[in-house]
Amino acid sequence: MGVTVRLAQMAVLGLFSILSIIMWANAKDTPYAIHAIIFLLATVLGLIYLARSTKFDGASAADEGEYMDDVVKAGVIATVFWGIVGFTMGVYVASELAFPFLNMDFPLTNFGRLRPVHTSAVIFAFGGNALIATSFYVVQRTNKTRLAFGNLAWFVFWGYQLFIVLAASGYVLGVTQSREYAEPEWYVDLWLTVVWVAYFLVFFGTIVKRKVSHIYVANWFYLSFIVTIAMLHIGNNLALPVSFFGSKSYALLSGAPDAITQWWYGHNAVGFFLTAGFLGMMYYFVPKRANRPVYSYRLSIVHFWALIFTYIWAGPHHLHYTALPDWVQTLGMVMSVILWMPSWGGMINGLMTLSGAWDKLRTDPVLRMLVIAVAFYGMSTFEGPMMAIKSVNALSHYTDWTVGHVHSGALGWVGMITMGSLYYLFPRLWNRERLYSYTLVSWHFWLATLGIVLYAASMWVSGIMQGLMWREYDAQGFLVYSFAETVEAMHPYYVIRALGGALYLTGGLLMAYNFWQTVRGNVRASEAALEVAKA
Amino acid sequence: MANPEKDEVTGTETTGHEWDGIKELNTPLPRWWVWTFYATIIWGIGYMIAYPAIPLVKTNTKGLLGTTNRMELQAELDAVKKARGEKLAKLEKLSLEEISKDPELREFAVNMGKAAFKANCVQCHGSGAQGGPGYPNLNDDDWIWGGTLEAIHYTITNGARYNPDTNEDTRQSEMPAFGEQLEPQQINAVVEYVLKLSGQPHDEAKAKEGEKVFMEEAGCNGCHGDKGEGIQDAGGPRLSDGIWLYSGTREAIKSQIMKPKHGVMPAWKGRLDPATIKALTIYVHSLGGGAKS
Repeated sequence: MGVTVRLAQMAVLGLFSILSIIMWANAKDTPYAIHAIIFLLATVLGLIYLARSTKFDGASAADEGEYMDDVVKAGVIATVFWGIVGFTMGVYVASELAFPFLNMDFPLTNFGRLRPVHTSAVIFAFGGNALIATSFYVVQRTNKTRLAFGNLAWFVFWGYQLFIVLAASGYVLGVTQSREYAEPEWYVDLWLTVVWVAYFLVFFGTIVKRKVSHIYVANWFYLSFIVTIAMLHIGNNLALPVSFFGSKSYALLSGAPDAITQWWYGHNAVGFFLTAGFLGMMYYFVPKRANRPVYSYRLSIVHFWALIFTYIWAGPHHLHYTALPDWVQTLGMVMSVILWMPSWGGMINGLMTLSGAWDKLRTDPVLRMLVIAVAFYGMSTFEGPMMAIKSVNALSHYTDWTVGHVHSGALGWVGMITMGSLYYLFPRLWNRERLYSYTLVSWHFWLATLGIVLYAASMWVSGIMQGLMWREYDAQGFLVYSFAETVEAMHPYYVIRALGGALYLTGGLLMAYNFWQTVRGNVRASEAALEVAKA
Repeated sequence: MANPEKDEVTGTETTGHEWDGIKELNTPLPRWWVWTFYATIIWGIGYMIAYPAIPLVKTNTKGLLGTTNRMELQAELDAVKKARGEKLAKLEKLSLEEISKDPELREFAVNMGKAAFKANCVQCHGSGAQGGPGYPNLNDDDWIWGGTLEAIHYTITNGARYNPDTNEDTRQSEMPAFGEQLEPQQINAVVEYVLKLSGQPHDEAKAKEGEKVFMEEAGCNGCHGDKGEGIQDAGGPRLSDGIWLYSGTREAIKSQIMKPKHGVMPAWKGRLDPATIKALTIYVHSLGGGAKS
C-alpha cells in the first residue's frame, strides 16, 4: 500500500471525524448526539489504526497472487456473533409475546423497540455479514483473483458493523422511521449507502479483473443482490430530515404510493437479500461440499433471469385489500404465482447437484445442513406464492401464518445455508484439517430442525386459527370474537414458538463453541481416537 | 464450449467450464418445470383478462368480470344487511321497552350488542364486561349512573365527562379533592367510616368521628347518600357494598378522598348508529345487573 493512498484514506476518515464533531456539537436530540459520538469513536479508532499500520519505508504492497482472506475471517466471526445476538433477541421477543410481563414496563425493553433489533440483527447483521463474507470468499476463488481496491474491503466490513451498531442502538433509544426492515433514520441510511457503494466497487472490481473467461453463476446472484439492494435502499428511504442535526425525518411520499414503495422494498429485501444473495452462497457451497458438478447450467441461467425479473413485481401482495388500486394488487398476485417455478429452479439445481452423492448425507452433517436448507427454500417458495393469492391472503394476512412463513424461510433456508457454509469455511480459513466435532454439528442440525418444526407448525395453527376467529360470524352476521379473545387463544402456540426459537438458539451456541475449538486447532478427543482407529 | 467431458455418474456432458473445481452439467431444463412455468404464465394472463390489471393513460383495464375489492365488500355487506332486514328495521323503530318484550327481537339485539361490545367496549370494560381498576364492572347491579334501559342508553349515547364543554348532555360528577379541604385526622376518620359502611374491619371510635365529617363537615352524603347507598342522579357511587371502582383498601380509599381520580367514557352517538346503541343497551342490560324502570 503506497503512503499516498494511505494518507488519502486518513484524510477521508479525518473529514468524517470532523463531521461527527460538528454533528455532536449541534445535536438537537440525545439519540442523535449519541450516534454522533459513536461515529466519532469509530472514525478515530480507524485513524489510529491507519496511522500505526502505515509503513513509511515503502514496503511492498500485498501480494496480488494471494487471496484476501483476513476480511473473510473477520466476516465469518461477525456472522456467528450477530447470529447469536439475533437469535437471542428473537427468543426474548417471542417470550414477551407469550409472557407480557417480560416487557418490564420500560421503554428500552418494550416489544415495539426490541422487535426491530431482532429482525435487523438476523437479517442485516447475521445475514448481511454472511453474504459479504461469503461473497468475498467466493468471488476471489471463482475468478482466480484477489479482491479489488486494496483494503477497501476492510472499510466495507467495519463500515457495515458501524451501520449495525447505529441501527440497533437507535431502535432501543426510540429512533425509527417506522418502515418495516428499513427502520434506521436518514443519516444511518446515508452511511449505509456509502458502505454499499464501496461493497459494490470491491465485488464488481474483482469480477472485472477476473482471470477466467466466464462468470460463475454464484457471482450473478451475488451481484444482482448487491445492485438491487442499493436501488431498493435508496428508493425506499427517500425522506426529508426535519433538521440536519436531528434524528427525525419524514418520508417523501405519502399514502398508497408510500405504502407500495415500502413493500416494493420490503418484499425485495426478501427476494434479493434473503433469496438471490443466499442462492449465490448455495451455488458455491453445495457443489463444493458434495464434490459434484452443478446439475444444470441452462436451468441456472433461465431461473436466474426469470427470478430477478419476476421478483421485483411481487411487492403489492403485501397490500391486498387495502387502498392500493385493484390493478396493482392483480399484478402483484399474478407475478407472485409466476414466481413459483423460477424460485424452484434454484431448489432443483441445489438438490439435483447431489445426484451421485446422496450417500454423503448419511456421513456428512454439514452437507445435510446445506441440503435441508434447500428443502426449506423449496417449501417457503411454494408457500409464498400460495399466500399471495388474494383469497388465501384474505385469511392469512396480518396473522401469525405470515410470521411462520417468514421464519421457515429465515430459519430453514437463510439460517441453515449460512451455517452449513460456515462449517465449510471455518476449518479452511484457519487451515485446520477438520472441524473440532462432527457430532456437535449433528446435534446442531437436529436441534435447529426440531426448532423450525416447532416454530412453523405452531405458527400455522395459531395463524390460521387467528384468521378464522377474526372472520367468524354468527348466523345473523355478527362477529363472534373480540380481538383479546383471539390473543388469549394463541397463548399456548406463542409458548411453543418461543421454545422452538430456544432450540434453534441452542444449536447456534453449539456451533459457536465448535468454531472456537476449531480455530484453536483442537479435535474432540473421542472423535480423534475414532479416526485413528479407522486409519 | 471448451472441452466438454462426460460426467461418469450421470452420463451427462458438462459445459466444459470450471471454477475452483466446480463444473456444470449440460442437463436440459426439466420438462415438468418448463410446463408448470408456462401454465402459471397462461393462468396469469387469464387472470389479468378477468380482473382489473393493466394501467392505461387515465384509468386501467377493468377486467371481464367487472369487479373490484370495494364492489365485493359492498356485496357482502348488502347480503348481511338484507339477511337482518326486517329485524333491523324493527330495532330501529321500536322503543327499548318494546324490544325487550319481544323475545325474538330481544335475542337479536343481544347478539348484535354483544358483537358491537366486542369491537368497541372491551378495551376498557374487558372481554367479559368484568371491568378493571377505574372501569366499571357491568355484570353486577351496582350502577353509578343507573341500570335501567333508559339510564344505560343515556350513558352510552352521551358518555361520562366526555368533552363537557361541547357535549352538555354528558354524565358529569366531580368529587372534590378533600386533601386540600380537610385536616389529616378528619380524612383518616372518614376512611374508617367508609370501611365501616362497606362492612370491613375498622376503628370504631374513629369511624364515629368520621360519620360526623361524612354527614356534616365534608357533606359526602350529598352525593353518596346518608347510608353511603349512592345517589345515581348525582353519579355518586354506592359505598355500602364490596364493589369498588378503584379498590376498597384503606390506602386506596384514602387516596381517592384526598385526590380523586375521574374516569372518562366516550359519547357513542355519532360514532355508532342508533340501532347499534340500542342493541348495546339491551346487551349490557342483559348481563345480569339490569334494573327495572
